Amino acid sequence: MFHFSNIVRTKGDPKIVEGGPSLKQPADQLARALGWFSIGLGVVELFAPRRVTRTLGMEGHETLVRAFGMREILAGIMSLSVDKNAGLWARVGGDGLDAAALLSGLTADNPKKGNIALALLMVGGIAVLDYRAAQDTKPRRPPRDARRKLYPNRSGFPKGIESARTAARQIAAHAKTNEVKQGDERRVP
Amino acid sequence: MKALVWHGKEDIRCDTVTDPEIQDPRDAIIKVTSCAICGSDLHLFHNFIPGMLPGDIMGHETMGEVVEVGSGVDGKLKKGDRIVVPFTIICGECDQCKRGNFSVCETTNRKRHLADKVFGHTTAGLFGYTHLTGGYPGGQAEYLRVPFADATHIKVPPGMPDEQLLFLSDIFPTGWQAAVQCDIEPTDTVAIWGCGPVGQMAIRSAILLGANQVIAIDCLPERLSMAEAGGATTINFETESVVERLQELTDGKGPEKCIDCVGMEAHVMPSLPDTLLDRAKQMVMAESDRPHVLREMIYVCRPGGIISVAGVYSGLSDMLPMGAFMNKGLTMRTGQTHVNRWTDDLLRRIEEGEIDPSFVITHTVPLAQGPEMYQVFRDKRDSCVKVVLKP
Repeated sequence: MFHFSNIVRTKGDPKIVEGGPSLKQPADQLARALGWFSIGLGVVELFAPRRVTRTLGMEGHETLVRAFGMREILAGIMSLSVDKNAGLWARVGGDGLDAAALLSGLTADNPKKGNIALALLMVGGIAVLDYRAAQDTKPRRPPRDARRKLYPNRSGFPKGIESARTAARQIAAHAKTNEVKQGDERRVP
Repeated sequence: MKALVWHGKEDIRCDTVTDPEIQDPRDAIIKVTSCAICGSDLHLFHNFIPGMLPGDIMGHETMGEVVEVGSGVDGKLKKGDRIVVPFTIICGECDQCKRGNFSVCETTNRKRHLADKVFGHTTAGLFGYTHLTGGYPGGQAEYLRVPFADATHIKVPPGMPDEQLLFLSDIFPTGWQAAVQCDIEPTDTVAIWGCGPVGQMAIRSAILLGANQVIAIDCLPERLSMAEAGGATTINFETESVVERLQELTDGKGPEKCIDCVGMEAHVMPSLPDTLLDRAKQMVMAESDRPHVLREMIYVCRPGGIISVAGVYSGLSDMLPMGAFMNKGLTMRTGQTHVNRWTDDLLRRIEEGEIDPSFVITHTVPLAQGPEMYQVFRDKRDSCVKVVLKP
């Protein structure tokens, strides 16, 4: 059956003898790890929200947990894409939302407040990693107001643009004359 | 030998690999003297086109000197010949090649079963451009095996610099074909989306083919300045409305001919919500292409006009305004470039000094710097428009 994973390289084509240095930085690996972590956590939150709320003593907030799960999955997918920086910043924002939601459950009458404190600690740790990765994977595109080299003298026409335009006009006129001539000849009985 | 090798998304390395060998009597081996990074290589760099394997050699804009020929090359090439290698591998014998439709050669894709499944029919084999098109090792390397070398070559004269000839391999004939497909008439306005290397060639081609007015659309000052130098009126889509400006420049009629030199990775901007949606869908693999330019061209093109697509699209595009396309009676022409159909004429134009394609080169570096130049080119750093690599 056809599947892209069945593709193999043709025998006889060049093979790697010695690998060169990779462009990948440690921050890229961290972004990748955080992306997969985000998807994993999101799946748990989306499909087992009751388990999460029970662990935290926050029963009744299952819908919120599901929504957070969706957010985690989307941020995770973005963190694995070429727009990973946007995904990582989305995760930093999400960490803030997670912390706020956890703090709202940190009440004196919550018997699982120890678990919430632990979860807050974990969110804090992950937030530091998210922030660090987001900083280190900033796009290296020059800012919009950066000074750019301009190329006003690169016409590509060694004889000048006017010469190119004139030549094109002459060819068009010549083609039109030929067309008219051929038309006249066709009309001759 | 050294070669630029694809290892995964945004991971190209300069590796040492085994030298290519003659595998078929119709093969030739060339020593690469110059090669270039193409805009479409960035789609592979981003892993947006499926079918790459870690270990694949990149590159499809290559020229060099023949160092070995197979027994079946029939005297058409000999050691020491200087050739430019077209990115489309052609047999020269099949029905499509005989019609001049070289980019859909029926013979050269050695993995045609993949292309048959994905595209419905096979297309030609391409150098360094996924296993869908044969998985042939590319030319960003010190040596390149040229399959079907008796047909797949453009012999070039000694004495002229590589920089003037290299782009016969792809971007010059691609820009040229995009313009030819428009059937340009002397009264026509031709609007060109994208002022990257292919867009620059399309601008010059439209001028050489006699367009009355050429309008170039991009957002990068360096590219717009180069477009203006080539005779185009420019629109910066970050600061102006493309639709309004095109209406102004054509007395409200719209351009008769529109050329897409952008393709599947259109710029994403919050002010263009369709581009945000496309990007989100592309990320979750619900859409492979971001066709904002196609939508805009269909909307602004003058009724009865022609849309020519040179930018690369890989799979599925959503929300194309087919109602406008049909009711306005537009014609769309597309295709990978039939390189050898155009190169005799284009080589003559270069030799006669009508055009010098080297104007587009902004960076020339050793092959080993290739991986970082992929990033520079992608990020548009250092006003980069075109990178040439020297093995």
